[in-house]
Amino acid sequence: MTRYSAFAIAREALRDHAGWDRAWRRATPKKRYDVVIVGAGGHGLATAYYLGKNFGITNVAVLEKGWLGGGNTGRNTTIIRSNYLQDPSAAIYEKARSLYETMSQDLNYNVMFSPRGVMMLAQTEHEVRGYKRTAHANSLQGVTTEFISPKRVKQLVPIMNIDGPRYPVLGALWQARGGTARHDAVAWGYARACSAMGMDIIQKCEVTGVMSEGGRVSGVATTQGDIACDKLGMVVAGHSGALAEMAGFRIPIESVALQALVSEPIKPCMDVVVMANTVHGYMSQSDKGEMVIGGGTDAFNNYTQRGSFHHIEETVRALVETFPMISRLKMLRQWGGIVDVTGDRSPILSRTPLEGCFINCGWGTGGFKAIPGSGWGFAELMARGHSPLTDAFSLDRFREGRFIDESVAAGVAH
Amino acid sequence: MLTLKCPYCGVQAEETELHAGGEAHLTRFGPDSSDDDFETYLFTRENPKGVHFERWRHSHGCGKWFHAARCTMTLEVFGTYPAQTTEPPQDIRDAITAKRPGWTWREFS
Amino acid sequence: MSMRLPTGGRLTDRSYRMEFTFNGKRMTGYAGDTLASALLANDQLLMGRSFKYHRPRGPVASGAEEPNALVNLGKGDRFEPNQRATTTELFNGLTATSQNHWPSLEADIGALNTHLSRVLPAGFYYKMFMYPRAFWKHVYEPFIRQSAGLGKAPDAESRDADSYEHFYHFTDVLVVGGGVAGLMAAKTAAQSGAKVLLLEQSAHWGGRAPVDGGTIGGQSPEDWTDATLAELQAMPNVTLRSRTMGAGVYDHGYALGYERLTDHAPEAPGPRHRLWRIRAKQIVTATGAIERPLSFAGNDIPGVMLASAMRDYLVNWGVSIGDRTVVVTNNDDAYRTAIALKKAGLDVPAIIDARSYGGGALMAEARAMGIRVEQGRGVAKVLGGKRVTGVAVCNQLGEGAVLDEIACDAVAMSGGWSPVVHLWSHCGGKLDWDEAGAFFRPRAGAAPTDADGKPFVSVAGAADGHMTLAGLLQDAAETGAAAATAAGFDAAQTVAPEAEEVAEKPLEPVWLMPQGARYDLRMKAWLDYQNDVKVSDVQLAAREGYESVEHTKRYTTLGMATDQGKLSNINGLATLSNALGESIPQVGTTTFRPPYTPISMGAIAGEAHGALFQPVRQTPIHAWHEENGAHWEPVGQWRRPYCYPKGEEDHAQAVIREVKAVRQSLGLLDASTLGKIIVKGPDAGRFLDMLYTNMMSTLKPGKCRYGLMCSENGFLIDDGVVARIDEDTFLCHTTTGGAESIHAHMEEWLQTEWWDWQVYTANVTEQFAQIAVVGPKARMLLEKLGGMNVSKEALPFMAWKDGTLGGFPVRVYRISFSGELSYEIATPAGHGRALWDLLCARGAEWNITPYGTEALHVLRAEKGFIMIGDETDGTVIPQDLGLNWAISKKKVDYLGKRAQAWPHMTDPARWKLVGLLTEDSSVLPEGAYAVADGTNANGQRNTQGRVTSTYFSPTLGRGIAMGLVLNGPDRMGEVIEFTHIEGFTVPARIVDPVFYDPEGEKQNV
Repeated sequence: MTRYSAFAIAREALRDHAGWDRAWRRATPKKRYDVVIVGAGGHGLATAYYLGKNFGITNVAVLEKGWLGGGNTGRNTTIIRSNYLQDPSAAIYEKARSLYETMSQDLNYNVMFSPRGVMMLAQTEHEVRGYKRTAHANSLQGVTTEFISPKRVKQLVPIMNIDGPRYPVLGALWQARGGTARHDAVAWGYARACSAMGMDIIQKCEVTGVMSEGGRVSGVATTQGDIACDKLGMVVAGHSGALAEMAGFRIPIESVALQALVSEPIKPCMDVVVMANTVHGYMSQSDKGEMVIGGGTDAFNNYTQRGSFHHIEETVRALVETFPMISRLKMLRQWGGIVDVTGDRSPILSRTPLEGCFINCGWGTGGFKAIPGSGWGFAELMARGHSPLTDAFSLDRFREGRFIDESVAAGVAH
Repeated sequence: MLTLKCPYCGVQAEETELHAGGEAHLTRFGPDSSDDDFETYLFTRENPKGVHFERWRHSHGCGKWFHAARCTMTLEVFGTYPAQTTEPPQDIRDAITAKRPGWTWREFS
Repeated sequence: MSMRLPTGGRLTDRSYRMEFTFNGKRMTGYAGDTLASALLANDQLLMGRSFKYHRPRGPVASGAEEPNALVNLGKGDRFEPNQRATTTELFNGLTATSQNHWPSLEADIGALNTHLSRVLPAGFYYKMFMYPRAFWKHVYEPFIRQSAGLGKAPDAESRDADSYEHFYHFTDVLVVGGGVAGLMAAKTAAQSGAKVLLLEQSAHWGGRAPVDGGTIGGQSPEDWTDATLAELQAMPNVTLRSRTMGAGVYDHGYALGYERLTDHAPEAPGPRHRLWRIRAKQIVTATGAIERPLSFAGNDIPGVMLASAMRDYLVNWGVSIGDRTVVVTNNDDAYRTAIALKKAGLDVPAIIDARSYGGGALMAEARAMGIRVEQGRGVAKVLGGKRVTGVAVCNQLGEGAVLDEIACDAVAMSGGWSPVVHLWSHCGGKLDWDEAGAFFRPRAGAAPTDADGKPFVSVAGAADGHMTLAGLLQDAAETGAAAATAAGFDAAQTVAPEAEEVAEKPLEPVWLMPQGARYDLRMKAWLDYQNDVKVSDVQLAAREGYESVEHTKRYTTLGMATDQGKLSNINGLATLSNALGESIPQVGTTTFRPPYTPISMGAIAGEAHGALFQPVRQTPIHAWHEENGAHWEPVGQWRRPYCYPKGEEDHAQAVIREVKAVRQSLGLLDASTLGKIIVKGPDAGRFLDMLYTNMMSTLKPGKCRYGLMCSENGFLIDDGVVARIDEDTFLCHTTTGGAESIHAHMEEWLQTEWWDWQVYTANVTEQFAQIAVVGPKARMLLEKLGGMNVSKEALPFMAWKDGTLGGFPVRVYRISFSGELSYEIATPAGHGRALWDLLCARGAEWNITPYGTEALHVLRAEKGFIMIGDETDGTVIPQDLGLNWAISKKKVDYLGKRAQAWPHMTDPARWKLVGLLTEDSSVLPEGAYAVADGTNANGQRNTQGRVTSTYFSPTLGRGIAMGLVLNGPDRMGEVIEFTHIEGFTVPARIVDPVFYDPEGEKQNV
């Protein structure tokens, strides 16, 4: 693997950039791997990476039916934060956030983690109480947050109208080391690092069946042939239900559309990420200058990667109300992704009824920010059989009533 | 931006006047039910790629709950019918068969 | 230089001059100009700077596909960045400034990047800026952000001076595109009687045809357009809208129109933009085609322009781009530009045709006019910096060895045409690669499908790949008729009028010029002008393994600029497919997403902003609160008075005064927002027994009972007092936030589970005003009003009674949420304000004090009453709150009962409700957690409880709190530590949660 650096770029510039290697090898499947990961999105690739890095397991294949990073990893609004209320959530998201801090250096791939700060606006007394509670919880969870005044909000985000007639801003939960990252780069960086460890990333390879012997997973059937494995990790988000069915079990997941949009690029005007849950919308400005905007999900099952326009209207209405200056900006592009939502809206990282088969899904609207923590914990779960990061997110919580409910503090979790 | 015909008032209703209520034909399990049954009732969902039966309420119209048979891949609507039934009516199933021969959903086909 | 010619310009009115400024320079143009044509007429070819290298940029196109000519438009509250000069109609007083440069358009420091372009190839930022780590946030990123972005951000405090609106429209057939194909399709559709809506994005009808020539039914395209438009206007079933773009197609026949009403006349009254929300049975897209650039070195230098655009500027606006124009092409159409320039008296030194076989009749015509035509040749590179000075000619099949240099000041290029398939594709329409035309066209039989699974989008004319006038008109006539038929109308088979135009020779696909161009040429051959993506960048991406078209797009940013790749996508795809050795259809396209061109956020938001953002629900007494200085708190869509500050009082002081007044004398609360739901029918009792955890069917008429409702997950979702009105009728009070959701909850269970039970429900929340008269003097006040017996004997605690008070019809409930003697008086909403006024007037002798939600909270907390949303958060079950007394042990079933048997719900380690008193009487922080020893496996501090409500109690003169604590009820008197946000902990003693009148004597007098 050619090491990336300013020096390497200068060197290549002198020879017309002819010397750059492939970022990841083109691979054809071997007959057998120690571990097969299905799904080359951020979570799947991160799992493979930490299997190799933390546990020395490198005889690994990552199978992807389309192109790597082509699902929700490349469709989200790139927000990274860990100001969650419940202990298990705060643990895995803070692990992820802290890994994002050094990811560019760890992977030698600039993922442009930008710890510019994330604020969640409180616009009702109820939200004020909820976010104050979260700040107290975070102080015990090792997550640095604070509840800030409207004046401070305005200082941090001058374009915000904090005195709107309908929902004036009463304060905000502020995480200074939250931020954003370049979403595609996260997938590409992990893929490059996995490939460099000798792992095979196999694109355009769709899993068509899960094979087992005596209640234990033995491999997968794919469009590129059968592949044997000792352990199987399913990390396929919205397609988890179909894959689980191949393995003979069912999961509490529903797939719905989530939409986002960007404006045309403008010069820097907003240096933090703002989430406004009362009015339902969130916004940040990308390095490119686009205002990146996300909203809510449809309430019905959908695999079309298209959502309903009224959600876009609601979201934009909320943001024009919150940031009046965007009224004369223009929406450049809207798109949708299919998110997998569980019964308590928290993810599943779990063993399954099929021995040797593990599942990581249900990230709903909040998956991107968790990628490194999820990969770290899920790799540990697959390698060792359990992980403190993932134990609470097991499948059996739905039959014990042991939910991890994050809507408690502030409605939706993005 | 779905449209569904409300089987009560006959209005071709738009998504914005409807409330989506999730999977249809769930069997309620109450006290003394098994852990499996209760978990299935509350959480396990078909979430199919294809034919699906789901509940809707004409919430900004006549207020009635009804069921729809819809394809989650194309958003085609095969039909709607009143909610006061425990299984999809035959005419709806026939309509689906005409367009998606060989379909199955739970024990129905 | 670019200039206005003495004559010409079919769209301009030379009798009406308009003044405008660009970068502060005063200029003039004519009515009918676009900003781009007017700037060109003033020899202002340089209009902006590119995104990455800050290269000088002039317009390359004349319409919506323009990537370069973006300006800051207007000032102050009408300022708008990134306006396309090519689609901005000129108006008197227009002010525009150029973007993305410092200090000026002509001398931009950022243009240094262009010299560094060798070290700034695609994806360079993924490979550097990693060290030292802190530099990304503090050095690299701020620098990159500052040089990225395009237009200036509007001022932080600017407030859009314009208004916007939404518009609903239902139609049988929507036709998008008012060119000749759209007009033809609209006409045949409308002749069937179908209701037709025809949208045209520009101010003019007829599209390109009037510029390109030919005849339709013996008429010029312009005359035919006028005649057809007149016919359509006369048809009552046709609606026509110009300046209205078909922005997007969505599922089930939904489409968005974006009408720009006053962009061309900012002082005109009315909304600026109108968003059309259209439902169409059938949608015909007649969106035409867009010319493609050719990829040769220097194809981005100002003065290099699409051949069709140069023709547009000449014919539509009488503007020439240069005096000497070299035409470069791989097809016949570009010859039209050469011929038109020549006819206008301008010089065309050469036509460079990449085809060895050259062109057809148009080539012959050009030659006959004396224009030199070079066959099988290409452009090695364009000479010049901020504008073209010449071209170097080479063999198209070679590597770029220069054969000849031709001096010129403009280059017209044409790489062929691509149908505009965006709207077809938005909702899933599939595409086929057309080898002959070298473009993607809609695949027959693969249209987006509607709710019935039937196709609902069809494509007419050039958008469907029909590139001849006769062909596209016939296609449009048939498509329009077919759409009407599909919408249920009887459309006659229509034959399009005869059309004539010069026959053309086929084009030859040219994806790189010359074919074997060296690296130094490829790194100057632009694909995406705005984002500075060149042929070499796409090739690099392919070599590094970014092989999927989506990878390449994202790695290079090809097609991600404000034009969304309208000019660059096909050229980029072809470059990628050549690099991979795959065919273009194998590589495929990226996804087309709405909107077609960017639409304003204001239009999307519509009217709903400011005070209209969301409806405000008002109680019948709302105006009184406003008149008396209430400080409001939003509660759902209601606003409730938080408190009523008097004089110099702050909110905290007001609350203390209000609480004391209630405890000592008499308070008044507007409780109208509380939900009131009537449940009626022979099975009403049975139904409520399922809904509430306690037994409601045994309640006696005339009595009230407090009840709890849980979700099927077992969690407490609402509470309130139920009154039994008669044997068959109950009135259920809900929380303010719960009225609608609880009513919906009831209906859901009734309709979908227990549909055979005979029960009706009605939400009568807004039918009644409800006023709580609270305090030791409450009874005295009601007796003073007179009309009914409100004595303890006649109306005991937890009873209700109908009657009159002060002449008003009332229903009086003896219930208390404060622990004081309390009557809640319901009266029909129309009497609410009058009754309130009467109570205020008659209560004056006891200093009657209206109180708000905060005093309400304090009063209930002093009594240890729970509040939904404070003590509950969706994870709390009634058993956690010591409410077992309100959970029936006798009932076989109620909603939530099964879940409350889950192992986690019966776990003795669940946190339970207690009261909390700080050792120093201070108020515990809101949301504080009680810490426990040690940490968990993830290194998080262990906890043993949390504060749910915390207030200063005026009655007790100290802080009081309620909270959920591990084994709390068994630990009375124990002191535990709570978090404080400053980092220290606060000790608090676990006590009974009822702080005031534990025996309940005050409310029961």
